Amino acid sequence: MSDQLPIIIVLAPLFGALIIGLVGSRDHRVCVPVVLVALLTSLIAVIGTLTQVLETGPVDYFVGGWEPGKMAPGVHGPVEIAKGFGIQLRVDTLNGFLLLAIAIVSIFVSIFSIRRANQEAASKTPQFYTLYLLLCVGLFGMTITGDAFNLFVLVEVTSLTSYALIAMGRNRRGTMAAFNYILMGTVGASFYLLGVGYLYLKTGSLNMEHIQEVLSANDFEIGRSKPVMVAFVLIMVGIWIKMAFFPLYGWLPNAYSYCPSTSSCLLAPLMTKISVYIMIRVMLSVFGWEWIFIEYAGWSDAVVILAVIAILAGSTLALAQRELKKMLCYLIVAEVGYMVGGAWLGDPERWGMSGAVYHILADAFMTLCLFLCAGIFAKKANATRIEDLSGMFKKMPLTMTGFVVGALAMIGIPPTCGFFSKFYLIRGGIEGGHWEFVIALIISSLVNVVLFFRIFEIAFFGAKPAEGHDHAHHHDEDDHSSNNQDPIDEPTLLEREAPLRSLIPLFGTAAIIILLGVYNGQIVEWIRLTIKP
Amino acid sequence: MREFLEQSIQPYFNYWVYVILMMIGLWATIAKNNLIKKLIGMSIFQTAIILFYVSVGVKKDSKIPIIPHQVEEHHAAEDGNHAGGHGEHGAKRVTEKHVIEPDKFANPLPHVLMLTAIVVGVSTLGVALAVVQMLFKEFGTLEEDEILAQIKTADSASLDV
Repeated sequence: MSDQLPIIIVLAPLFGALIIGLVGSRDHRVCVPVVLVALLTSLIAVIGTLTQVLETGPVDYFVGGWEPGKMAPGVHGPVEIAKGFGIQLRVDTLNGFLLLAIAIVSIFVSIFSIRRANQEAASKTPQFYTLYLLLCVGLFGMTITGDAFNLFVLVEVTSLTSYALIAMGRNRRGTMAAFNYILMGTVGASFYLLGVGYLYLKTGSLNMEHIQEVLSANDFEIGRSKPVMVAFVLIMVGIWIKMAFFPLYGWLPNAYSYCPSTSSCLLAPLMTKISVYIMIRVMLSVFGWEWIFIEYAGWSDAVVILAVIAILAGSTLALAQRELKKMLCYLIVAEVGYMVGGAWLGDPERWGMSGAVYHILADAFMTLCLFLCAGIFAKKANATRIEDLSGMFKKMPLTMTGFVVGALAMIGIPPTCGFFSKFYLIRGGIEGGHWEFVIALIISSLVNVVLFFRIFEIAFFGAKPAEGHDHAHHHDEDDHSSNNQDPIDEPTLLEREAPLRSLIPLFGTAAIIILLGVYNGQIVEWIRLTIKP
Repeated sequence: MREFLEQSIQPYFNYWVYVILMMIGLWATIAKNNLIKKLIGMSIFQTAIILFYVSVGVKKDSKIPIIPHQVEEHHAAEDGNHAGGHGEHGAKRVTEKHVIEPDKFANPLPHVLMLTAIVVGVSTLGVALAVVQMLFKEFGTLEEDEILAQIKTADSASLDV
């Protein structure tokens, strides 16, 4: 049983999605328990695999038993399976922690979505949860797969479900954003597919490890050819569109800020981060760092400069926003710049690459924390703009505490994980001699200070918003919870504060942000086991 | 000119066509105003890549990649000792006699991959059309500039309040 664990990670949510699709429409109450059981199964499988990885090294799994070297039935008798056949799943210390992060984030968001999904998804609860689990299948699969074409299919599974989740909201701007996302996302995935085609032309294989073997054989004899170069550029552009890297980020802010808050809580922390992971995986496992940083050394400098522009542009645009969710979306654009820049700093022996992988983990939880708060504020206090948050410390002290933890991590204050990831990235930048990257990181941190302390000031010192005043602003989101407030009876803290199903995931995330920071040394050491060549 | 045609265009004809198709699709996706036309462009773009993959698998003077089964049965029947017909020994002999030459068969793998890519393309188009339907219900039009104008006026109206 234990040797089947890697596939269970992917299959459990898939079967969950099928069950909800079949049974969910009869009884809506089935949905959340099925989602939780499926995701908990995945979580247990991830933990099992991860302990195996930490004890004995990377775990390889071949779907359907198509393992190279084994005998398979052929037309004229048994044939030995050649290298590169079959779909390989691979778990090592690089993606093991990401699988864990996906499982935890998706469980937290499913707790957060109880009741809320029904209101936001226009009563299409079973459909919402089917898509939710299919999205998890795609994310787990993207992270675990060791096959270049399989990766394309799973990227498309993830993208298709996220298009639908974004379009599910009642906001019509969200529908338009989803349409733009479909166009951009499809073009990105097609570029990736084309790149894989060129790689297949030259190497005759789709297995990542095998491609790298063929490319690097005879001192990069095949690796130096033009089609491989074209393949690399196409794959990178495709993945950059998917992760909203600077010039290609246009789809992200509207798509994530106008979609239902349950969808945005799941998509914003995971989609862009897993795309960054795919980029790192392609760089390390398909092309190999020698090929990128030694054969084509000039490229990495150019990409780091692009990342610097991404960081500065994302931070500047975030400053200009008046809506909380949109501000967070532009911060994601800046954070993607951090990770791409860190990954391209050169030789993985240095700290940039490890910092980027650690930042993927850290950023997933930071973003989740802030988006959970944004969702709670929008629903409970009808506050979507920054100025609506005035007096929030008094009104919802517990939620605001969670928000402060997330914000401090975003700024980079110890002992939160945001500080340590920035520390590793800056260290990598200094080692690689990319001072512009170091300066951009520091400027971005300062901008984050301005952004979040402005919110703290409004929330702490600002007067409570007058009753009924804030309803005039918002036509898009109708809220029932604050309508019944009686001006004579001041609502108690329990009534004002968010329900437990929202607070549990919020405090869980905040705790993980701090734990990740406290145990950063051990985690980065484990990550470096795989990255070090 | 003739030389250019013979050396650069003719041997890579499929690849030229795929690049041209892809650019047509990309242009339509970006520049067209009507949402349905954008989707048509997107489909052309995806189909161009299918043409690329199919071209990759083609070989000159090759057959369809099906290995005939009768050969094995015929030889197994010849070996009187192996009445079962699927004995390991008999099968091995046959493989020795009939070595499969990969050059004579078209490469099936890229073609099979495209089955998956076609399915992905169809489902993307399905989701996109559903979203377009929602947009039409909301805005009453399929022209992008009119939709954006409606969003803009809604935005400025909410700012005035």
